[in-house]
Amino acid sequence: MSTTAVDAPAAPGSSAPRGPQRTKSWRATIGLGVVALLSLLVFGLGTPTGVETTFRVATSTDFIQLPSLTVPAKAAAVTLSLLALALVGFVAYRANQYRKVGIWLPIVFGMAVMGALLTWAGADRSGTTIQLTGLLTSALFLSVPLVFGSLAGTLCERSGIINIAIEGQLLAGAFLAALIASMVGNAYVGLIAAPIAGALVGWLLAVFSTKYWVNQIVVGVVLNLLVLGLTSFFFSTLMSDNPELNQPLNMPDIAIPLLSGIPVIGPVLFDQNLLVYIMYAAVVVIQIMLFRSRWGLRVRAVGEHPKAADTVGIKVNRTRVRNTVLGGAVAGLGGAFFTVASGLAFGKDMSAGKGYIALAAMILGRWSPKGALAAALLFGFADALQQQLGIIGSDIPSQFLLMTPYLATIFAVAGLVGHSRPPAAEGTPYKK
Amino acid sequence: MSDQQKPRGKGKGKSSGKGAPQREAEATDTESPSGDVREDSATASASSTDATAVEATAPEPEGSGGSTEPASSDEQAPRAQSVLREILESSTLVVIMAILASLAIGGLLIVFADEAVREASAYFFSRPGDTFSAMADALGAAYSAMFQGAVLNVDATTFAGMIKPFTQTLTMATPLIFAGLGLGIGFRAGLFNIGAQGQLLIGATLGAYVGFAWHLPWGIHLIVAVLGCALGGAIWGFIPGFLKARTGAHEVIVTIMLNYIALNLVSWLLTLDTFQREGSDNPITPVVDETAQYPLILGSGFNLHLGFLLALACAWGVWWLMERSTLGFEFRAVGANPHAARTAGMSVSKAYILVMVIAGALAGLAGSAQVLGTEKVLTTATAGSLGFDAITVALLGRSRPLGTVMAAILFGGLRASGPTLQVQAGLPVDIIFVIQALIVLFIAAPPLVRSMFRLPAPAHEKEVAA
Repeated sequence: MSTTAVDAPAAPGSSAPRGPQRTKSWRATIGLGVVALLSLLVFGLGTPTGVETTFRVATSTDFIQLPSLTVPAKAAAVTLSLLALALVGFVAYRANQYRKVGIWLPIVFGMAVMGALLTWAGADRSGTTIQLTGLLTSALFLSVPLVFGSLAGTLCERSGIINIAIEGQLLAGAFLAALIASMVGNAYVGLIAAPIAGALVGWLLAVFSTKYWVNQIVVGVVLNLLVLGLTSFFFSTLMSDNPELNQPLNMPDIAIPLLSGIPVIGPVLFDQNLLVYIMYAAVVVIQIMLFRSRWGLRVRAVGEHPKAADTVGIKVNRTRVRNTVLGGAVAGLGGAFFTVASGLAFGKDMSAGKGYIALAAMILGRWSPKGALAAALLFGFADALQQQLGIIGSDIPSQFLLMTPYLATIFAVAGLVGHSRPPAAEGTPYKK
Repeated sequence: MSDQQKPRGKGKGKSSGKGAPQREAEATDTESPSGDVREDSATASASSTDATAVEATAPEPEGSGGSTEPASSDEQAPRAQSVLREILESSTLVVIMAILASLAIGGLLIVFADEAVREASAYFFSRPGDTFSAMADALGAAYSAMFQGAVLNVDATTFAGMIKPFTQTLTMATPLIFAGLGLGIGFRAGLFNIGAQGQLLIGATLGAYVGFAWHLPWGIHLIVAVLGCALGGAIWGFIPGFLKARTGAHEVIVTIMLNYIALNLVSWLLTLDTFQREGSDNPITPVVDETAQYPLILGSGFNLHLGFLLALACAWGVWWLMERSTLGFEFRAVGANPHAARTAGMSVSKAYILVMVIAGALAGLAGSAQVLGTEKVLTTATAGSLGFDAITVALLGRSRPLGTVMAAILFGGLRASGPTLQVQAGLPVDIIFVIQALIVLFIAAPPLVRSMFRLPAPAHEKEVAA
């Protein structure tokens, strides 16, 4: 939630000019301050004295084997919490001068608080270490469907179509990827099939919202139910009658030479499977296309002021259909994560609400690909953290960690942390 | 509005989906700042302002041929129309056609998934008859199973045995009526509440807790437990309503998030000893006391419980609230045009909060139908997909109480037929959800259904508020 504390640079053409009067905004200070204080009280002072926490950072494939890091738990947790508090002080100082802080601050703040949390959770557990690299690797991997989903949402909503059907697109992608890959016997074929399924769902969404003007949220919700019903139906009939149509196929991890040998970063970023590398490319490409290309300018114009866009000759509904289909394809590709990219066979309701979290990531990321990436990584981290804490046996009930993405989103949309504004024409059908 | 109508033929030349003259009329309606809040105009313009509304008159889809249709038919007042034409244009017919189309598409799936059909189709060209008879067998088995599971068991020997499926349908419909009513109020007030799932779950949690942990005398216990359910749902509905009113946070997002928070909260509560059965570690509560259970209204042979009658009473209550009370009028006015409602001196914030609280309370009552009626225990699966099904119920019922009750009985019937489908026809229950989703998709787009069945479009503006 800390990533939203500063205002992202306003997207060109997407925001009305600010009024001349400046107000001191204390929201970020208060939001971060509460988190920092909680961190100090719970993690800092809650850690028993005289015990140590061990972080394991190295993996067997690193060039340089970094030693495990063992710190006195209480001192470390308190220091990290105090660092977080100092950062809050800096935010307050800047806010008093009507100035914003850079993006580095929430990142450092988040790392400090997370470090305090991990130190607290790993304290006094002899024999168990915090697998830092493993934690980050699984965080990145778990965020893959969220990143694709929120990219899809961004593509659709920037053109003015609300895409609640991300969940259905993910599920359809997962289903078709498993089916086609099993038929061909090659996991990579699944990566081609998945976007087709997602695009199909996206196309339905587009047709119903641009041609029949059906409320986009209604279509989205119903499409989710439809895809869930269809995939479950085929899973229970076609796939269970013919198990050869639903096999667990795996995509091997591809280690990029040299880069994958860098300690910590290497195994996390550069020893993943193909889908993750596609994800990097997708974020970069969509970010540049949306904000630096003529196509992107048109898309955003359609999403913000369709009438104006139409006046200058941009085909509003055609743009929307194209974007929604494209978005569906991106989400469908993300759906491949659940089956072929994870080496699993298809199962009923595999996406299990990830599409809705992706929606949340998109909002938290303020309708921009890089923001979506950051938010999705945060949610993926919460997920991975919950798994890791489950392994070392923590006192925090896992349910509360699972809740954090949703709570963070509510805080974000309620404007308690920063301010998020959707594209202006979102959800309204364009009727000439 | 009909005086602004122009000959329909004019819009034909343009590409489909664009430029029907009706839209000009509608656009002026939407943008008119005056925002008259007379009762009739509030409902009439609901479709344009209310985001959930569905416009019945869309440009005729491309399938309906060129500009051969006589333009004069629209210029005349609709009074001169024949009865047949009126029937063809009625939205009831669209609803029926949508249901038939959905059942037909469901039939296609059933045929496609049927093992015998697939085997027979392998030698389709040598003996096509086999394929068709296999198809007919599969379809016949499926539809008769649906009928026997939901309406009438023709194999039964006693009358009670025969009508049992229908009482089961009504039992299944009960939570859908409650939750659908709540969502319907929200839709009409312009709030798209996706959070029935979470509200239901929190309501069920509170009600179940009262049911098994408190031991009150007969009568009072049930009332307190039911109120507990309503209170739980109301609290969970208050949050998005309050956030919407105070900060403008979009209720769709907040309610989706609250669904997951509720699920995690309940699954955490179910790990606590207070909520678990004694000596058990399973995430399931003790059975609620008999005094807190809804009494069975048709005797112990049937599952139909008092909750159904309560649901009908609530349907009447909601009708009265929305159609006869000042508060309901305010809700509708806010749904039609919040700015106009504010100008007219109504408190939009109050309306948002109250609507969500009432919707939440009704969703909580849907939870009571589960924990105090059919299931009698609380698990994380108590809500099932009820919250989302209720959205489809409210949409199908056009957010009107009577429509909601009918739609809930239809979908309750589909759900009730699930087990029979599984046993008799060997089909997974999921086909029900497909049919259900298809019905709503078709209903939401009347022009699509009209073009599928070559029905004429209505001559005058006739909105179908969701």
